[in-house]
Amino acid sequence: MHNLTPTMALGGVTDTIGTITITENSGMSLASVAARMGGEKKSALVLKKMLGEVPGPGRCQQHGLGAGFWMGPDQWMIGAPMGTHELLADQLKDLLGDAASVTEQTGAWVVFDMTGAAMRDAVELLCAVPIRTMIAGDTQRTVIHHLGCFVIRRNTDDHVRIIGPRASAGSLHHALVAAAHSVA
Amino acid sequence: MTQSNRLDGGQINRDAALKFTFDGKTFQGHDGDTLASALMANGVRLMGRSFKYHRPRGPLTAGSEEPNALVELRSGNRQEPNTRATTAELYDGLTARSQNKLGSLNFDLLAINDRLSNFLTAGFYYKTFMWPAAFWEKLYEPIIRHAAGLGSLSKQDDPDLYDKGFLHCDLLIIGAGPAGLAAALTAGRSGAQVILADEDFRMGGRLNSETFAIGDQSGGDWAAATVAELATMPNVRIMLRTTVIGSFDHGIFPAVERVSDHVAVPAAGKPRQILWRIYAKKSLLCAGATERPIGFENNDRPGIMLASAMRSYANRWAVTPDKRVAIFTNNDDGHRTAADMHAKGVKIAAVVDTRADAPTSGDYEVLAGAQVTNTKGRLGLTFADVQLADGSTRTLEVGALGMSGGWNPNVHMTCHQRGRPTWQPDIAAFGPGETLPDGMSIAGSATGAFSTAAALSTGTKAAASALRDLGFKAKATRQPQTEDTPTNVTPFWYVEGCSRAWLDQQNDVTVKDVKLAHQEGFRSVEHLKRYTTLGMATDQGKTSNMGGLAIMAELAGKSIPEVGTTIFRPPYTPTSMGVLAGRSIGKHFHPTRLTPTHAWAVEQNAVFVEVGNWMRAQWFPRTGETTWRETVDREVLATRNSVGVCDVTTLGKVDVQGADAAIFLNKIYCNGFGKLAVGRVRYGLMLREDGIAMDDGTAARLAEDHFVVTTTTANALPVYRHMEFVRQCLFPDMDVQLISTTEAWAQYAVAGPNSRKLLEKIVDQDMSNEAFPFMACANITVCGGLRARLFRISFSGEMAYEIAVPSIYGDALIRKIMEAGAEFDVTPYGTEALGVMRIEKGHAAGNELNGTTSAQNLGMGRMVSKIKDSIGSKLSEREGLNRENDLRQVGIKPVNPADPVPAGGHLMNATGPVDAAHDQGYATSAAFSPNLGHMIALGFLKDGGNRMGERMRLVSPLTGVDTEVEITSAHFIDPEGERLRA
Repeated sequence: MHNLTPTMALGGVTDTIGTITITENSGMSLASVAARMGGEKKSALVLKKMLGEVPGPGRCQQHGLGAGFWMGPDQWMIGAPMGTHELLADQLKDLLGDAASVTEQTGAWVVFDMTGAAMRDAVELLCAVPIRTMIAGDTQRTVIHHLGCFVIRRNTDDHVRIIGPRASAGSLHHALVAAAHSVA
Repeated sequence: MTQSNRLDGGQINRDAALKFTFDGKTFQGHDGDTLASALMANGVRLMGRSFKYHRPRGPLTAGSEEPNALVELRSGNRQEPNTRATTAELYDGLTARSQNKLGSLNFDLLAINDRLSNFLTAGFYYKTFMWPAAFWEKLYEPIIRHAAGLGSLSKQDDPDLYDKGFLHCDLLIIGAGPAGLAAALTAGRSGAQVILADEDFRMGGRLNSETFAIGDQSGGDWAAATVAELATMPNVRIMLRTTVIGSFDHGIFPAVERVSDHVAVPAAGKPRQILWRIYAKKSLLCAGATERPIGFENNDRPGIMLASAMRSYANRWAVTPDKRVAIFTNNDDGHRTAADMHAKGVKIAAVVDTRADAPTSGDYEVLAGAQVTNTKGRLGLTFADVQLADGSTRTLEVGALGMSGGWNPNVHMTCHQRGRPTWQPDIAAFGPGETLPDGMSIAGSATGAFSTAAALSTGTKAAASALRDLGFKAKATRQPQTEDTPTNVTPFWYVEGCSRAWLDQQNDVTVKDVKLAHQEGFRSVEHLKRYTTLGMATDQGKTSNMGGLAIMAELAGKSIPEVGTTIFRPPYTPTSMGVLAGRSIGKHFHPTRLTPTHAWAVEQNAVFVEVGNWMRAQWFPRTGETTWRETVDREVLATRNSVGVCDVTTLGKVDVQGADAAIFLNKIYCNGFGKLAVGRVRYGLMLREDGIAMDDGTAARLAEDHFVVTTTTANALPVYRHMEFVRQCLFPDMDVQLISTTEAWAQYAVAGPNSRKLLEKIVDQDMSNEAFPFMACANITVCGGLRARLFRISFSGEMAYEIAVPSIYGDALIRKIMEAGAEFDVTPYGTEALGVMRIEKGHAAGNELNGTTSAQNLGMGRMVSKIKDSIGSKLSEREGLNRENDLRQVGIKPVNPADPVPAGGHLMNATGPVDAAHDQGYATSAAFSPNLGHMIALGFLKDGGNRMGERMRLVSPLTGVDTEVEITSAHFIDPEGERLRA
């Protein structure tokens, strides 16, 4: 067992601004899956077994503690709790074999959860997703403060998950907080 | 001063008195006033000076088309020049100053320009001030520049916040007059997502300025009731104070919402304005129409305004510009103003109607077939001369004159994608053309249908039609009874024989200027516009264009549609720079990227440098070090003598997987990768299609079907984009998958003779030369089990490794390395030391891979494989890239070790001329080498490979450097590579 301690991009910051709460989500392992040529069916079968459904374009599929969303044709991002799935990429590779290319993404992203009554007002100041008509599981790739991000509308109406580049976590967080102040 | 010109009624809240100042003088207005209406209530007609002639000016309009009443609003760092008093919403404590004057508004010294008008006609600066020539730059231009312009800037940072936002809707309705409100009702009731935007702070458009009824309500009450109903619909977003400023591709509309402009200071954290980007499946333009002035001598005095504006001031704001007014009209609408003013108790001196068959009135005199020919009054209108139908003249003593020359549909938004308006003879105006932006329809006065009934019906129908296209069932609603007066206008543009009759009041363009332009050959509409500046000011000629066209048509002996019209471009109204910038200002101009060691580097007092968006440690100063060179020299020597560590996370990393991964890399790189063994790394050079070097880096083969490609920091994105293009477009049949992992892995270079010893304390594997030789790579574990990657590669020229762990462990790993390396005095080094060491080693970087150099130039010509096809390989064989005396990368050192060898300096032969024709090459990168004790440089030299040892001159005329240098190998340190393989 190694003795290194993981560090969150912003130390697990939480901000409450008016009705909005912005939390850095600490416990996510992420891995990308891209089906290889001829491996599409097997990849879909594995993902269906894991998630209950293969997420289609613009969708995120939640199943138990895991989730996956569509990133491109035959490409998905899979997430699971870090505590139980720190080696998520290896676990996926074991299941998928040569059917898909799997890449660890845990350290590449910062994950923010934004909740609250004014969440939709804030999201309208952040990116071009149609947040008011998005339903649970709807996922869009978009740009927030010049940063490529994924925006996932979670199960509750006032909850959105924003996944952005980890190295720019501070800039992204600043943008989220500024938007929350604008609508608070 | 009391509100002497305040009338009864209006849509102001008389219980809320608001104090404000204009030019330092305190006045009182009411909630609901604009700055212009409040000043007018207080008897102020003079609100500004004109652009060129500094003529006294008051408001011409009551809306956003205003050319005259421009003021500096607010003070200090919130001062905003050129703000239209006609749209500035009054608030308690508002401060405004008149602008464009030297002295006071009443006694503007620059009014002398008006006396010099004969010298200041259209294009005067092309013809005058020509002699003596030297005076132009030194005297004339500075004076003209000083006098030109309108308001002034505070030259302080804007303290307020501006946001950008994004909205989506099925139907965007632009304008909330009768047509827009009727459309919104229809659309709202259908269940569609609707946005209703209006620039005003009160919805209703002209309904708030008129006295007629809609059903059993006044127009204003009907508008308020309609807005109240719309407000109950969750699918309708009502956007007050929001100007849609453009119509862009694919149904995208920018709109500026003035969130806090109507308060003195925005609430904490709240934006002053928001620039919305509205994505609309359909749009409905209900922008209304703008009344036209009439050209006559001295038609610009304060008190002379559009008749519809006079009616708005009276009906909506309960003010009159004067107790005694006259109307000059060529259509029936002008009479409506007279009737409303009369009903408000204002004395109507006369209605001057150009038509012989003008309607009559029992309440005031109508002068049919008459024209206003001139006016008097130094700072405001006092008399108007009228020529009657029988040729006799009469002078009216009036303080205000309403002009009505007919109405122009507001077609601006239909033109933003090159649509051209078409002439509508029935209204003597240009209406919307047939080519509209995709998904746009038009309703109300913007179509040229000017009655209220037409507005309601066209609004309802257009909304229903647009929504039906989207699959909604829009129900037709019964329209209430309302005014349905036909348009009755006889074109009349200007009074015959007038000269200084203002067409464009903001740019001081007169009838005389248009005639002059014609006389001088500027006869195209576009030339007229640019020569005279007609319609080029911030009001975009909303009140002036038609007059200019009409005069051009007459002079050319053509009809107006034959002359043509200019079209409009966004923004519809002036837009602040602040809202265009949004939050991207100051240090938030762009996002920053922090490396995994950033927090640790801050603790080490690192000095950072921006590399793209990355913040990289440039060097790590220690106590006692007084210059950056001292620090960098120490870092270089420490690394070469023992071990140094540098965060190289910023180098691009691309995960390449798939059965065809190796074949794919064979295409991407000019050198071969097909046979690279698993567990080995190879340096790779990428060429552009044209054979020029694009980027270099390494590819590490972690498995048969898995590579990790590294790129330079600067090219991480372009290379990834290029690779995706190649994968998706050039070789879609290859089984290869790409994904960027630049940020996923924290990667550190550990370099120096003690690097192995240090890493042996961390890495859980055999580090011997046999087990892990130069250019080896492996998936490994560190610190007892953490997954990691190890590469034995070197940028510094030392025995070196790059070790990578998932970014979340990056901070922990750097601390572990420093702890493990303490016994070797491990030294963190920054980008500057990195740069010194790579120059010492002769490694090319961005300065050498500069978009003009080929593999041959870089001394890597033989790397371009002839036995396989790769991108750029064929074109790299072009004759022009393979001449014998082509540039080759060389090393450059000073003959006298104390001499500088600056990057950017050019190599010249030791003897002979120093000029571009005799240029032999140039230095690309330079540094002081602490190992060699003098400066060194890399550069490109013609036939450089055959000129080793030659003495040359390195000259930099810009910096005054002329150094005798010797050409050497680019490998200043360890040319045999023994250190690498140690």
